[in-house]
Amino acid sequence: MRTIPRRIGIPLACVLVAAPLGACSQRGAGGGGTEATGACKGQQTTGITKNSIKLGGTYPLSGPASAYGEIPKGIRAYFDYLNKEKGGIGGRKVTFIVRDDGYQPPKAIEEARRLVEQDKVFALFETLGTPSTTAVWDYANQQKVPQIYVATGASKWGADTKHPWTIGWQPSYVAEARIYAKWLKDTKPHATVAVLYQNDDFGQDLLGGFTKAIAGSGVKVVAKQSYEVTDPTVSPQMSKLAESKADVFLDITTPKFGSQALAADAGNKAWNPLHILNNVAASTTVLKPVGFPNVQGIVSATYFKDPSDPQWANDPAMKLYKQKLAQYQPGADPQDQFHAFGWAVAESLAKTVQSMKCPTREGLRDAMRNQTNQMDDMLLPGITVNTGPKDGFPIESMQLIRFKGTRWNLFGKVIDTRKEFGPVG
Amino acid sequence: MTARQVRWARWAGGIVLAAAALYAPFYFVPFWNFEFSLVLVYAVALLGLNLLVGYSGQISLGHGAFFALGAYATAVLMFRHVVPYPVTLVVAGVLCFAVGFAFGVPALRLRGLYLALVTLSVALFLQPFLKRFGSLTGGSMGLTITKPDAPAWTGLAQDQWLYFCALAVAVVSFWLVRSLMRSRVGRALLAVRENETAAEVMGVRLAFYKTLAFAWSAMLAGVAGAVYAWVIGFVSPDSFTVVLSITLLAGLVVGGLGSMSGPVFGGFFVMFVPSVSQDVNEAAPGIIFGLLIIVVMFVAPTGLAGLLRRLARIRK
Amino acid sequence: MVNFLQQVVQGLGSGAIYASLALALALIYRFTGIVNLAQGEMAMFSTYIAWQLVHSGMSFWLALPTTLLISFAGGMLIERIIIRPVEGAPELTVVIVTVGLFVFVNAAAGFFWSFLIKDFPNPFPGGALNLGGVQFGYGTLGILGVVAVVMGLLYLLFQHTKIGLGMRAVSGDPVSARLSGVRVGRILALGWGLAATAGALSGILVAPLLFLEPNMMSGVLIYAFAAATLGGFDSPVGVVIGGLIVGVAETLAGAYIGFVGSDLKVGVPLVIILVVLLLRPQGLFGRPTVERA
Repeated sequence: MRTIPRRIGIPLACVLVAAPLGACSQRGAGGGGTEATGACKGQQTTGITKNSIKLGGTYPLSGPASAYGEIPKGIRAYFDYLNKEKGGIGGRKVTFIVRDDGYQPPKAIEEARRLVEQDKVFALFETLGTPSTTAVWDYANQQKVPQIYVATGASKWGADTKHPWTIGWQPSYVAEARIYAKWLKDTKPHATVAVLYQNDDFGQDLLGGFTKAIAGSGVKVVAKQSYEVTDPTVSPQMSKLAESKADVFLDITTPKFGSQALAADAGNKAWNPLHILNNVAASTTVLKPVGFPNVQGIVSATYFKDPSDPQWANDPAMKLYKQKLAQYQPGADPQDQFHAFGWAVAESLAKTVQSMKCPTREGLRDAMRNQTNQMDDMLLPGITVNTGPKDGFPIESMQLIRFKGTRWNLFGKVIDTRKEFGPVG
Repeated sequence: MTARQVRWARWAGGIVLAAAALYAPFYFVPFWNFEFSLVLVYAVALLGLNLLVGYSGQISLGHGAFFALGAYATAVLMFRHVVPYPVTLVVAGVLCFAVGFAFGVPALRLRGLYLALVTLSVALFLQPFLKRFGSLTGGSMGLTITKPDAPAWTGLAQDQWLYFCALAVAVVSFWLVRSLMRSRVGRALLAVRENETAAEVMGVRLAFYKTLAFAWSAMLAGVAGAVYAWVIGFVSPDSFTVVLSITLLAGLVVGGLGSMSGPVFGGFFVMFVPSVSQDVNEAAPGIIFGLLIIVVMFVAPTGLAGLLRRLARIRK
Repeated sequence: MVNFLQQVVQGLGSGAIYASLALALALIYRFTGIVNLAQGEMAMFSTYIAWQLVHSGMSFWLALPTTLLISFAGGMLIERIIIRPVEGAPELTVVIVTVGLFVFVNAAAGFFWSFLIKDFPNPFPGGALNLGGVQFGYGTLGILGVVAVVMGLLYLLFQHTKIGLGMRAVSGDPVSARLSGVRVGRILALGWGLAATAGALSGILVAPLLFLEPNMMSGVLIYAFAAATLGGFDSPVGVVIGGLIVGVAETLAGAYIGFVGSDLKVGVPLVIILVVLLLRPQGLFGRPTVERA
């Protein structure tokens, strides 16, 4: 043959690429999942047996949001610890599959489908980011696969009623905003506020919650500036906000921009507002590069123990986390709050799985919506995981913190935002 | 092998390919049908990009923007139930053709590098722009739409139906471009790519054809975007970052510029290489993905299509 | 008025950041005739090298020249290993190789140093010079100063040295250059080395302001391209002025034009570039290229 004609070239390539992929599955044969018998008859048992449970999550392991790719390392360390030292979750060894979505919703859908249809996971734990989670939740609910403890603070995971298979975990951004609003109304009833916010669902949710919560009070937002995650720096926004001479600066940023805003605030001697830094950026690892002397007196709110904060150095849960992370994920920086976050949410998941009445997807769905005072040792003392038929928000309590010296100091009492302000709607 | 045998072999190959493409959705599970639908979507988008980059020599680093425009036009129309979903394909195509034509006029005056940079900044501008008009576009939350179901008479599942939609659009697009390239327009474009001045001297209306190439190219990207919206069922600004535009161009060059099979290879590359990369190295898939791009370019500087042609020539 | 001037100063500060990277882009373009999309990532990687040196106890003023030397060698090495094999391939192939390099370097930095923010020592004092109520940060003044020096050096290199002549020949037409006895390989390697050095300097300058993490330079890259396009890739002076114009225009439009606001201000350089290119395709200060048919 003289040349491979192009018309053969294409199918040849398709066969070469597609055959090994296709070899793993055939339509109709084993396409569906498995079902339980006995008391839980008819419920789905895909991905779970007497001695194993398979979970899968999508995270940005590549691209601009890769910082969040550290979360699954914390989760993996916790599951390895359970598997090797505790016999898994109630005797079930955990398999945890992580896929990269690059923080792109179409990739998240693709990878979620791969996890559910190809890897046949029991549940999606977790999807990260509001856009990716939104892209996946219709699919998860059509397939009746639990999409549990998603890593985003949008309020819709709890407020929505059409997606019973999806639930958040961390306090919603709106709840956090209400805490700041309440505290300002109590302590500075006539404060003027300047706001810097990330121009996406996270920033808009928190800003919206804050604006609503201060409505009708003496606290007023007098200036606001947004930034895009693609912006190299927020210093132009900061110098514009400085013109407002506001009493309070509400800083709704993600870690890198948090550091930039803190540095800009510290560098401007002519404007010295009270700086409120939202929880997402309130890690000591964000403050340290700015220099501790420059960030004294900053206020934030939190719900879990910051591993870089010396006050938890002798806390048993923190010691266990640091020891096991070093053992099972050598190379992962224990100071990184994302590792601690992963560890904490994995602990919550394990406890939820243990509380299932039926070892089925339906069982997990019911369990995740029926937790009472679940203790998660990485959460602040006094904060527990609570859900119910009408409560889709697992964590709703936070406590205010103020930075002093080289660490955060808790002040005031733990605020249960549901009791205090009513459910987020 | 005689010329007749070659022709026979070509026909046989074509029939095998067609049969495989038609049979595939009945063989594969929904997940793979979904994956192959997206391969077809990207192939159509790359076909459009190829028209611009491969045939008329204009570099665009912002083709993701036209893809996004098509997807958003479709999503907005379907979200508000303005028109039945097949119509959105036409709307997306016409809209992108018009916008592409408008862009093509200034683009004419920008050469290689400069056009690349301007289109890159268009891609960058797209995201805040989509967020600004939130009442229409759903802002940063995006829009979730109901994916089209198969008509009852077909008896097909949704994933199969969407695959066939993507396949039909791809086949028609490839046929269109093929006819286009064999027509007067195509010959003019090729002449322009080979030697602009000579082509102009010989009476090719340079400006007109280059602008037209931009418009056709945008239209194909928009059509691909429409099918993308059907298959994915969700659009948001984060779906169409600069990364998409750059990945599309990389996919096309890796697949092979200026050939009909290049976009198909490119579609497979864009779709599967990122997930293969993370199978190799979960900790940092980017390291593998980056290396793969570089290695493919070393082995096949003219793309995979060019490599295949070269291999075939060695065997003769 | 003071507020307005403060915004202008702010814009000049951003512009200096863009200009610093744009100089590296202009360098490599002048030497090799290609656009290196990985320039920003290489600069970021160099900055991590400097950070690592300082972190392991070296003084900043020793770490700086060491890093610049390593970057120079690294740039030449990249040219030898990664670019040389595709030399002579279509221009786009080379550009796509730099895309691969971009992805690779970014992921590698995250892999080695994680995505946590690193504190980077600031060579300039922290305060600000106060002139009639307008604050000039010392950091910003420092960057402007260094950028001006680099600009001057490049101008001399381009206009008054033999290397400048050789590289003009190479980027214009490598084949004829080779025939007329220019050592093309050496010129190309030198171009990559020098651009990597200029990039490293840029990364080290901006790291105290932007904070060091693997994506530090990807936001800057687009603006640096805008600066280089606006000023014209040929002229170091043009590149710097282009950077300052982009910085000031973007800041003022974001601050004072309500419709633009801080979200759409990224469109401002786009509009400027488009207008400039339509009127002067070679950029504000570039020389029109004579093309052979």
